[in-house]
Amino acid sequence: MTFAIEFNNVSRHFGEVRAVDDVSFTVRDGEFFTLLGPSGSGKTTCLRMIAGFEQPTAGRIVLYGRDVTTLPAYDREVNTVFQDYALFPHMTVGDNIGYGLMVRKVPKPERERQVAEMLKLVRLPGMERRKPSQLSGGQRQRVALARALINHPKVLLLDEPLGALDLKLRQQMQVELKAIQHEVGITFIFVTHDQEEALTMSDRIAVFDMGQIVQIGAPSDLYERPRTRFVAGFVGTSNILSGETAVTITGSAQPFSVRPEKIRLVDVATAVPAAHCAIEGQVQDVVYVGMHTRYTVALPSGEEMIVVQQNMDVTPQNGTAVRGKAVRLVWPRAANNVLEEAIG
Amino acid sequence: MELTTPKPSIFRRISTALHNHPGLFLLLLLALPLGWMLLVYIGSLIGLLIQSFFYLDGFTGQVVRQFTLRTYGDLFTRPHMEIFGRTVAMAASVTVGAALMAFPLAYYTVRYTSRRLRAILYLLILLPLWSSYIIRVYSWKLILAKEGIVSWFVGQLGLTAVLDWVLRLPVIGGPSLSISSLGLFLVFLYIWLPYMILPIMASLERVSKSLGEASGDLGARPSTTFRYVTLPLAFPGVVAGSIFTFSLTLGDYIIPSVIGDSSPFIGMTVYSYQGTSGNIPLAAAFTVLPITIMAIYLLVARRLGAFEAL
Repeated sequence: MTFAIEFNNVSRHFGEVRAVDDVSFTVRDGEFFTLLGPSGSGKTTCLRMIAGFEQPTAGRIVLYGRDVTTLPAYDREVNTVFQDYALFPHMTVGDNIGYGLMVRKVPKPERERQVAEMLKLVRLPGMERRKPSQLSGGQRQRVALARALINHPKVLLLDEPLGALDLKLRQQMQVELKAIQHEVGITFIFVTHDQEEALTMSDRIAVFDMGQIVQIGAPSDLYERPRTRFVAGFVGTSNILSGETAVTITGSAQPFSVRPEKIRLVDVATAVPAAHCAIEGQVQDVVYVGMHTRYTVALPSGEEMIVVQQNMDVTPQNGTAVRGKAVRLVWPRAANNVLEEAIG
Repeated sequence: MELTTPKPSIFRRISTALHNHPGLFLLLLLALPLGWMLLVYIGSLIGLLIQSFFYLDGFTGQVVRQFTLRTYGDLFTRPHMEIFGRTVAMAASVTVGAALMAFPLAYYTVRYTSRRLRAILYLLILLPLWSSYIIRVYSWKLILAKEGIVSWFVGQLGLTAVLDWVLRLPVIGGPSLSISSLGLFLVFLYIWLPYMILPIMASLERVSKSLGEASGDLGARPSTTFRYVTLPLAFPGVVAGSIFTFSLTLGDYIIPSVIGDSSPFIGMTVYSYQGTSGNIPLAAAFTVLPITIMAIYLLVARRLGAFEAL
C-alpha cells in the first residue's frame, strides 16, 4: 500500500534548536490527519517541510511513493492554506483563486469556469470581483481554501487555518472543512494547537512535544488511552495520580490518569460498588458551567482532583451547597489509564 | 470629617482643558507645521507662479508687474526647449538607472540578511548622506578625470580602447569621463541612489514572506512569483523612489556645473536668470515647468495603479 505521506526519521535543526527531531509517521490516502501540539513543538515545521518551504536536515519525506525531500515547493503536488491566509492583496478574489491555473497557463475561459465552481464549493458564489480587503475573516479563509483546492492537490496542508476566527465561526468552519474534505476526497494535513478542534475533525492525530511525536492515534484512543502525562494533560483534562495516592487507590504506585467526567461525587456513607475505585476528599471549589458543574476536591494528601458532573439534578443553588463538605469520589476501575512512566 | 480635594495644579488644569476640547488640542498641535506649510511653502509657490506672469523690461532692466504671457513666449523657444529636453532625458535615465541598481540591493537586504547585517547595510546606504554633497561631487570630478582612478583602472584591465570608443560616442561622450554626459549620469546616479533604495526597501518589507511562499506553493517558479507578486507589490516603492530621483535631478544645478560638458540644465538656467541677469519672471516660468512635469508624472503613476497597493 502506498501512503500519502511518509516521514522517515526526519529532523530539522536550526543551529542548536531541534525544531523537529527524528520524526517518523505515515498518513493514509484520504485521511484527515492532524498535527497537534503546543507552539514551538515542531508541528508547523513538519507541515512546512511537506510543503517544501523548509528542507529537512536529515531524513526522507515521501509523497505517494515519490521522494520529495529536495523537491522545490513549486514542483510538489501539495497546496497550503496559510495561517494568515496569504491572499494576494493586489488581485481580485477571482484572480487569487485562479492563480495556480494562470501559472500553469490554463486558458482564461476555462480558468473562469473553474473559479466560479470553486467559489460555489466554498459558498461564496459571485464574489470574483471583490478584493481580499473587502472580505471578512471567514470569507478570506474560504478564498484561501478555494485557491488551494482548485489545483486538485494530492495533499492539502492547513496551517492553523481557523486560528483567527471567533468561536462560532470556527465551529461552523470545522464542520464545513470536514464536509469539503468528504466531497473532494483528498488527504488533509491539519496543524492546530486546539485539542478540541483536533478531536472533532481528525481521523488520526499526532501529538507533538518538543520536536517529537509522543503519540499517534484516533481521537478516541488519545482521549481514552493517553500514553504519557503530557498527552493526558494536553488532550482534554486529566487527573493524574501517582505515589502514595495511587497506592491508596489501586494498591500500586504506578501513575495513572482518570478523566473528570468518569468520576461520581457521592456521600461518604455511600458504599463503593464492585470493580470501582474510591477516595475521600473535601470539596474546595464549585464552578457552575451551565451544562455541567466542576468540582475541585482536595485529597488528604493535599493533591487536588477535578470532577465534572452533568447538571441533570443540579441547580446553581444545591450545586454550591456541597462546598467545604467531605465527599467520596467513585469511578469504575476500567476508567483508570495507566501512564507509561517509571514509578517515581 | 470633611473630605477636601487638593486644588489641581495649573498643568493638570491645562491637560484637562485640552482633553475636554480635542479641537483646541489639534489646533495647538498643527499650528506650527500648518503655518509653515501655508505661509512659507504654498505662499512662495503662489508667489513664484505670479512672478512667472510678469516680464522683464529689456531697456530698463526692471520687472514690469503686469499680467502677460510674454515670459512664457520667451520660455517656449528652441534653446530653452533644448535645455528642458536635456534635463528631462537625464532625469529619466538617472531614474531608470537608479531603479535597476536599487531593486536587487533592496531585495537582497530585505529578504536575505540577518537583522544585524541589515542594520549595517542601512548604515552603509545612508553613510554618504552624512558627508557634504559638494565634496562628494568634486571628489567624483577627480575620480572621473582623465588621469583619475577610473581611467587608470580601465587601463590596468587593458580596456582603454573600449573607454575611448565609448567617449567618442555622440551625445554621451566627451574628452574624458568627467567632461561627458555619461560621467554626469554616473554622478547623478551615485548621489541620488539612496533615495531610490530606501523607499523600495520599505515597500518590500511590507510584502509578507508568506505571499511569496503562497505563490511558490501554487506552482509558480521564482521568476513568475517575482513578476506577478513581488514586483507589483513593491512597485509603489519604485514610484516613490522615482519621484525623488526624478525631481532631484530635474532641479539640481551644482552637479551639471561641476561635471559634464557645461551644457545647461534647468537648474543652472534658473540660477543664472534669477542671479546674473535678474530676469526673475523667466526664472520663475522655468521653475513652473518641472513642477508641471512632476504633477503629470504623479497623475500617470496614479493611473498605473502605483498607489493602489499602498
